[in-house]
Amino acid sequence: MWKFLHPYAKAQRSYELAGTLLPWFAVLAVVSFVLGTAWGLAFAPADYQQGDSFRIIYIHVPSAIMSMGVYTSMAIAALIGLVWQIRLSDMAVAAMAPVGAVFTFIALFTGAAWGKPMWGAWWVWDARLTSELILLFLYLGVIALYNAFSDKALAGKAAGILTLVGWINVPIIHFSVEWWNTLHQGATITKFAKPSIAGPMLWPLLIMLLAFTCYFAAVMLIRFRNEILIRESHRPWVKQLLLKSA
Amino acid sequence: MEFNSIADFLDMGGYAFYVWLSFGVSFFALIALLASSLRTQKKIKQTVQARAARDERVKAASQLENTL
Repeated sequence: MWKFLHPYAKAQRSYELAGTLLPWFAVLAVVSFVLGTAWGLAFAPADYQQGDSFRIIYIHVPSAIMSMGVYTSMAIAALIGLVWQIRLSDMAVAAMAPVGAVFTFIALFTGAAWGKPMWGAWWVWDARLTSELILLFLYLGVIALYNAFSDKALAGKAAGILTLVGWINVPIIHFSVEWWNTLHQGATITKFAKPSIAGPMLWPLLIMLLAFTCYFAAVMLIRFRNEILIRESHRPWVKQLLLKSA
Repeated sequence: MEFNSIADFLDMGGYAFYVWLSFGVSFFALIALLASSLRTQKKIKQTVQARAARDERVKAASQLENTL
């Protein structure tokens, strides 16, 4: 099944594929960031209740969605790495974790800066905020665990297991606003119903979501390539590649 | 355009501090991660090149006859 995937278990092929995809995601990320930010900040109508403070949504919601999306991608990669012993999969987990950690930090930070004017508090210990904070600690734990071993095969295995076990937190974050009483509002777009947000406000939000997704892909690919080069640095193809470009 | 003037836009309906803080810190974090990823890439390249150069020197030295 899916024989076309087999050559990509070879590091060099994956490195080359990542290099081919990288510029497309990079360009798309820049374009959609510029478009989404300009649209969201200057052209979307102000909220009838929250005024212009709601514009923080254009950073907060995409980064929060992606903080969970990135973790889920990591869990899938970790599962593949553990079950089929694909070491490139472990490298992908290591490459994704820092991006997810930054997204989680952004979601928490913009949430605080939005909470202060709207709720009157930078932080409250409610279910949504606390579970998202735990997600940040999980990311930091995966990064630290991966860097704690000099044997990277072992590091990938340990970090992969932590990633898989920690995934349980993702549905907890998502449903926290339904399971517990919270200050945080419910889902706006990530639900099986029509988004509860007006069209002129929704479009820039979707563009920002695209921007964060492409940024994730681009930076993940850069870090994935770095990871391959470090792990394969004694192989002839890496030497050839890096000495040619000198 | 939702705002009548640049000053109006910068004021963000009185929420300037929170809105600009959010966007500023977020973009700073995104750019810092990108920069650090690219810096690592450069460092790997330099390390591999330095090691290859050293291997060359060792090889060249072993060709000489008047060595220990």
